[in-house]
Amino acid sequence: MTDITPDSVLRLHNRVSVRPEPFGALLYHFGTRRLSFLKSPALLAVVDALQDDRTVADALGVAEVPDAMRPAMLRAITTLRDSEMLVEVAA
Amino acid sequence: MSSTVLDRPAPAPRLIDHFESGLNSPICLTWELTYACNLSCIHCLSASGRRDPRELSTDECKAVIDELQRMQVFYVNIGGGEPTVRSDFWEIVDYATSHDIGVKFSTNGVKITSEIAEKLALNDYVDIQISMDGATAEVNDAIRGPGSYDLAIRALERLSAAGMTRLKLSVVCTRTNIGQLDQFKEIADRYGAQLRLTRLRPAGRGADSWHDLRPTQEQQRELYQWLVARGEEVLTGDSFFHLSALGESLPGLNLCGAGRVVCLIDPIGDVYACPFAIHEEFLAGNIRGEGGFGEVWRESELFTRLRAPQTGGACNSCPFFDTCRGGCMAAKFFTGLPLDGPDPECVRGFGDDALAASSGERPKPSGDHSHRTSPPRPRPVALKLEMQRPTAPMAPPVSACNVSPLAGMQLN
Repeated sequence: MTDITPDSVLRLHNRVSVRPEPFGALLYHFGTRRLSFLKSPALLAVVDALQDDRTVADALGVAEVPDAMRPAMLRAITTLRDSEMLVEVAA
Repeated sequence: MSSTVLDRPAPAPRLIDHFESGLNSPICLTWELTYACNLSCIHCLSASGRRDPRELSTDECKAVIDELQRMQVFYVNIGGGEPTVRSDFWEIVDYATSHDIGVKFSTNGVKITSEIAEKLALNDYVDIQISMDGATAEVNDAIRGPGSYDLAIRALERLSAAGMTRLKLSVVCTRTNIGQLDQFKEIADRYGAQLRLTRLRPAGRGADSWHDLRPTQEQQRELYQWLVARGEEVLTGDSFFHLSALGESLPGLNLCGAGRVVCLIDPIGDVYACPFAIHEEFLAGNIRGEGGFGEVWRESELFTRLRAPQTGGACNSCPFFDTCRGGCMAAKFFTGLPLDGPDPECVRGFGDDALAASSGERPKPSGDHSHRTSPPRPRPVALKLEMQRPTAPMAPPVSACNVSPLAGMQLN
């Protein structure tokens, strides 16, 4: 799989359900039967922002993620993509 | 299987801390739809057999599903009793899966006709667990009753023939079947099913059969080694966390989820802290109350108490406390042990010591739906003496649960 870059465009898989929780959110994929945890409200905000077909860079901006946290956010998004919670949309 | 997404090496509360203090909705909800059952397994957690006349109606079940959908409970584990003997069972399953709730149900196979199997294979939101507690009819039927082995095999054959892929063979590990682990795996493989092994609990009728059926210490080690060698290929529902003190941790979440991330709704709408704790001491409320299930989950006095910070009590000084977390609350309760001490099956032997030192008195069952007639079984004898036990379930030490989807989850 390709690396996620700031220019990547991703959306939640259409069989993934998101449930906000005090720590961030709980994701469930009805296809793979897997659970994932968004371990911060900031990451949930980024995933939300991605739903409007924004690039990763734009979503990080909309969610007001500090620069220092962006590399970790990219890794988190990559993990979500690898587990099919997020799917890449052709740019 | 699942994954964790770290946003940063945060000093913030760990995810497990959030789990301990409770979530907006359960991650994992067990729903026993009926106490009616065609079998009389000697280790039945819910002491099932006869239908309770107060059972939730079809409409009430649908209202529960509506509420679970609003609460975004992703799926329910349906059991019983034998859930498929409800005449509205398939209607309830269809209602749930068409309302964004996945269904994983356990059955002994009695109602799995070829026609039903074909229908189930088409519903991608349904997983099925066939219960079998012996890899041979002789071993299985001694626990589950005459004919039950053939019933399970017939269901596996029909589901497999129908192309059902989301199939599990569910085995409760006992003294009589630990030697058959490889055979269970062969049976599961034969029908394209995944093998799921879970722990024998001393709840329901299991409280009476536990002493005779529970694996020996040596068998526990055998089971542990077998599980370590199989990794995530075999599901355990996070059942055997108490064995982690034998070496490396088994896959799963080391957390007692009772009232925190899991709970049980029983056939009459009573909400209990976990599927192994059907006893008035662990009763949080009833979904027929004005606030429904949501209010019980969010506000019940019992669940609030279970979500308060815990200590390990007598286990605090044990070097393995971080891996086993004191074991299972329900196992301790039903064997008459203090909730803040060792699990009765503590691999270091402290549970055996505690059992030997205890008066041998156990909590009296608070509900029994066992068949009154055949097959005749030894019945629980009501205790006449005052029992030495906690007056109320203290919050358990943070230990693992069992129930399932969390198995294999890596939190850090």
